[in-house]
Amino acid sequence: MATKILERKPLTLAERTYLPQIAAGLWVTFRKMFGRRVTLEYPEQKPPIPRGYRGVPTLVKDPNGREKCVSCQLCEFVCPPKAIRITPGEIPADSATAHVEKAPKDFELNMLRCIYCGLCEEACPERAIVLQNVYSLNAATREEVVLHKDKLYELGGTLPDKIMKWDKKKAAADKAAGGHH
Amino acid sequence: MSKTEEVFSFGDAAARNAALEEEIHGDTMVLNVGPSHPATHGVLRLRLELDGETIVKCDPVIGYLHRGEEKVAENFTYNQFIPYTDRLDYIGPIHNNVTYALAVERLAGIDVPERCQAIRVICCELARLLSHFIGLGCYGMDAGALTVFMYMFTDREKIYSLMEELCGARFTTNYTRIGGLQRDIPDGWLDHVLKVCDDVEKTNELCDKLLTRNRIFYDRCVGVAPLSKEDAISYGVSGPNARASGIAMDLRKDKPYLGYENYEFNVPVGTNGDSYDRWLVRVEEVRQSVRIIRQAVTKMPGGLWYNDKATKIFRPRKDKVLSSMEELIQNFMITTEGPELPVGEAFFEAENPKGRQAFFVVSKGGGVPWRLRIHGPSFSIISALPKILPGCLVQDVPVVLGSIDFVMGDCDR
Ligand code: SF4
Ligand code: SF4
Repeated sequence: MATKILERKPLTLAERTYLPQIAAGLWVTFRKMFGRRVTLEYPEQKPPIPRGYRGVPTLVKDPNGREKCVSCQLCEFVCPPKAIRITPGEIPADSATAHVEKAPKDFELNMLRCIYCGLCEEACPERAIVLQNVYSLNAATREEVVLHKDKLYELGGTLPDKIMKWDKKKAAADKAAGGHH
Repeated sequence: MSKTEEVFSFGDAAARNAALEEEIHGDTMVLNVGPSHPATHGVLRLRLELDGETIVKCDPVIGYLHRGEEKVAENFTYNQFIPYTDRLDYIGPIHNNVTYALAVERLAGIDVPERCQAIRVICCELARLLSHFIGLGCYGMDAGALTVFMYMFTDREKIYSLMEELCGARFTTNYTRIGGLQRDIPDGWLDHVLKVCDDVEKTNELCDKLLTRNRIFYDRCVGVAPLSKEDAISYGVSGPNARASGIAMDLRKDKPYLGYENYEFNVPVGTNGDSYDRWLVRVEEVRQSVRIIRQAVTKMPGGLWYNDKATKIFRPRKDKVLSSMEELIQNFMITTEGPELPVGEAFFEAENPKGRQAFFVVSKGGGVPWRLRIHGPSFSIISALPKILPGCLVQDVPVVLGSIDFVMGDCDR
């Protein structure tokens, strides 16, 4: 094994006087004084947030404005601290997206419990819950940080969707139905 | 009175009073350090018995940060437990992720591709830098050199920014998955790693220059609380602390994992095992870690960052889940049932920044461990405190605690 025995030399006489250390230390301080600042004036200056940051989990809509969540409750299941509670609901039959069948009636996300692990985003088969850039979620009461559907959609907004799985499905179903006539 | 009665007679008021009386009128004084004391690096409580300023007896009281991680693991699927491993040794959280994933992968009998291994090596070494920088910085601070702490923290923040880019969170990384990683490295990340490595190296040299030959620091550490080779072995001390005591032991060399045998690095070994050696070892390890990272970055192989054969273990990719029925079902299965693992047991140990961290996984099949045993290196070194502290002065306590660099999340679990 490549080992390296660390040698220990006793201090030299000059080092014992402590003077070289003071000089070197002051020199470092002096240099750092004119160096680049490493701190941020936080509320005024914001740190850059990289892509793929794991901030507050939010619900998103697809470009047509359909809420993507189909309340399959996988995120509720996978969430380690059990921060999510979903009340599933049906999509009314006369709605344009009736073929999706289900959407959450309520989606409760308790930000007092969430540990920002991102497992919900990973588990979601619809890419409906996404951890976005919001990192500072403050409130005066505990109730305010238990987020509900409206707030989650407000935070999430709309994300582009390349696959548009449900539209494809509907088109395929329509085609099949058309073929039968 | 029998021995058992003696032990359980603590509820006996008379006996307690007698003990108290003894404490008041005895020759020694009892001093409690901690559990919430800045010099104890977390919630460690030391019950010291003093004769004047000399410590006669030291009794570490642990358990203030016990969260029952091992029991928690039994109620979660293997992947759900990964965020909890962040909180074991929370100074270098990503290394725990890697060790845990490797342990479960050993049980599953799967390998990960070379790219995944190289990324994990970089993660491990970055975690080592994180850990050693806080270890060295706090050590300096405990010995009275606050500046070093600040410089090292500045660079730690840079490493945290790397983590943020890599996995989306600075601290609670949750990066590995059984059979792979959460995601691939982002574009340009390796260049940032190299840049941070340069900074880290510079800071390390600077702090080395500032403190190693500094007379005040030197006088406070040399010969303080030496841990002999034999004691280190008998207490099961591992990692930098064991190496400082002269034991040439490093699991990266002894039982290579993640392809560590292909990297060139030296294992620094001390001679005396005192606090000064523990400083020297960590300073040198930072240099070696930077060396390993540079090698890993240069030969970063292409390919996948997860094992695509392990379809029942690693979650299928998102675009597939969105477009194909089979992957959708797999996604459901892996989420609800957990990765499919065979019946059996697996033991895996890795060289964590603080020493030997080990996971023992017992599975009765399915996606949830039947039992998960976690061994933390900090526990061993804290158990050696009663051996090394007696004979020191009270003012040596912060220096010794700083020098052994433990973390209570790892000790108490
Ligand atoms: S957010 Fe995703 S995982 Fe959660 S219920 Fe909705 S569709 Fe399912
Ligand atoms: S980020 Fe993690 S803790 Fe937060 S809601 Fe999602 S799964 Fe739960």
